[in-house]
Amino acid sequence: MDIFTTLSTGSGYWNPLAWLGGFLVITVIVWLIWSRGEKSYKKGTAQTAPYLSGNAEPAKGDVHIRAGNLYWGYTEALKGYYSRIVPIHTGILNDYVMWYLGVTALLIIVVVIFA
Amino acid sequence: MIPGFITQNSPALLIMVPLIAAFLCPFIGKISAAARNIWAVGAMALTSAIAFLLAFDVYSAGTRVYVFGASAINLAVPLDSGGIPIRIIFTVDAMSALMQIIAATVGFAVILYSVSSERSHSGIESYYTLYLLMIAGVMGMVSTGDLFNFFVFLEILSISSAALIAYRIDKGTAVEAALKYFVLSTIGAMVILIAIGIYYGEYNALNIAVIASRMQFTLLDQIALVLVMAALAMKCGSVPMHFWTPDAYSMAPASITAMLVVASQASLYGLFRVLFTLYNVTMNAATVGWIIITLGVLSMVIGVTMAIPQKDVKRLMAYHAVSQTGYMLLGVGVGLAVLGNQSLMDAFGYMAMEGGIFHIVNHAMYKGLLFLTAGAIFLRIGTRNLNKMGGLGHNMKYTMIFFIIGALAIAGIPPFNGFASKLMIYESVFAFNPILSIIAMVVSILTLASFVKVFHSIFMGPKLPEYENVKEAPAPMLIGMAILACIVIAFGLFPQQVVDTLIVPAAHALVNQGAYISAVLGGA
Repeated sequence: MDIFTTLSTGSGYWNPLAWLGGFLVITVIVWLIWSRGEKSYKKGTAQTAPYLSGNAEPAKGDVHIRAGNLYWGYTEALKGYYSRIVPIHTGILNDYVMWYLGVTALLIIVVVIFA
Repeated sequence: MIPGFITQNSPALLIMVPLIAAFLCPFIGKISAAARNIWAVGAMALTSAIAFLLAFDVYSAGTRVYVFGASAINLAVPLDSGGIPIRIIFTVDAMSALMQIIAATVGFAVILYSVSSERSHSGIESYYTLYLLMIAGVMGMVSTGDLFNFFVFLEILSISSAALIAYRIDKGTAVEAALKYFVLSTIGAMVILIAIGIYYGEYNALNIAVIASRMQFTLLDQIALVLVMAALAMKCGSVPMHFWTPDAYSMAPASITAMLVVASQASLYGLFRVLFTLYNVTMNAATVGWIIITLGVLSMVIGVTMAIPQKDVKRLMAYHAVSQTGYMLLGVGVGLAVLGNQSLMDAFGYMAMEGGIFHIVNHAMYKGLLFLTAGAIFLRIGTRNLNKMGGLGHNMKYTMIFFIIGALAIAGIPPFNGFASKLMIYESVFAFNPILSIIAMVVSILTLASFVKVFHSIFMGPKLPEYENVKEAPAPMLIGMAILACIVIAFGLFPQQVVDTLIVPAAHALVNQGAYISAVLGGA
């Protein structure tokens, strides 16, 4: 079996090994650029300390941006959607059963009508 | 060399080995913990080996029909039976074999992982017993050629899964999640049993091939179709019947959650088996196809949008599991919608189905991997709350690498396996309806966004004081994750080989109803 076979998707093609080859070439170029960078950089010295306009560096735990603060804008922009979709997820078993039975009833109507 | 009786009886051994091992596990546990672990891992390894042996046989020699208790193992219709298969029959075609491969691979990786992840918990004998019963349930569901036995194995799977979801108790919340899963599973199973009763009343048979050969698509058949379809769609976590999924997936031990993904896919298999093998073109395939597509699109969109704001890492991953199930439903649904039209099937129908089926395999691997990484993190820091995590990449480098592999795969980033199957779905579905394809792509982007958030929250940032001394996950857990990660990479780098070898035969086995019927009934 030829391991270099290209994946045919019906209307397109995908060869991961060719992609990987390209990726490696780009990685080498990036590495070459990086290796020509500043040599006097010293890890663990004042060079690597964050500069916060002269203020003291906060505790490590305070610097990390927690999950709750991420995508605030996304959820705010879609507030209308989330205000409807989240309350449906009640966590109540009776509701789960009602949804299941409701969908079953709806599907029976659809399938029988279009049969 | 493998003895002939093992090859011949592999469909029966596939169920027998985990069943016997399960019931002996508590007794072996009395000897020592090490003996119990070796017993459980050995039983799972043997089950996996049998599954691969059977799959190899099926892929190279065609559908295997195994008749329990017959004078010849493939004598489905005895001469004096009036043309009806009267015994329990397993019918293992390429689609069944593919599902067995998935269950065998994930099952083995998970049990290796469990050796470490469950070490500190009590009742490990019960854990392994239930786990092996779960394996027997999945293997039975995907192997049986008989609707009533499908119901029996579904029940074995549901009962063992519910007990394992409740395994950690967790101040009652795990028990509550298990109760929800159990009640819904029981109602679904009862509804399936009613449908089986309808088939039996109409066609005087329980065998899938016999019912398929006699299918009339009467009003009763239409009702039975919906009963089975809705129950199995609910069991595989399709929106809007997905509500149990985040509860059960988040509260079960991570190892069990990885297997619950496979269990859900066994239900998905059942759904596809009923639609394609039992009904095929006798039903209005376009209508039912669009129903499946609609469930798929709803699952993709609502799953991913519900995932993004989650704070519990496993609950977030559970919603993504719902979303990914949507891709499978979409791909196979498109194939179903054009089932009666050979030119459309050739143009994109088969490709859509192959994409959907390939995604089943890929999803089992990368989602299993992601749940295992979540379990490793929980083991080390004792919380699933993303708001309390950070900087773990400093101490859990291997877990982080495995997480990156799983996250990039689920987001459909090349060259991982998720990209290959998603690409097949995008392009084939685009030919059917471009809007559906665009929705699928947008969902992938949102998936990536969600996992970027998770990655940042867990692994990035400075080393937090409370996690200063956190250690990497134990070696057996890393090995379990590594097995799945290697498959994710390998299937991503060589997708055409996987498609040609495993997926195309499975898709054709599903579509070709006549071949399935003739494999069982032959010239009867």
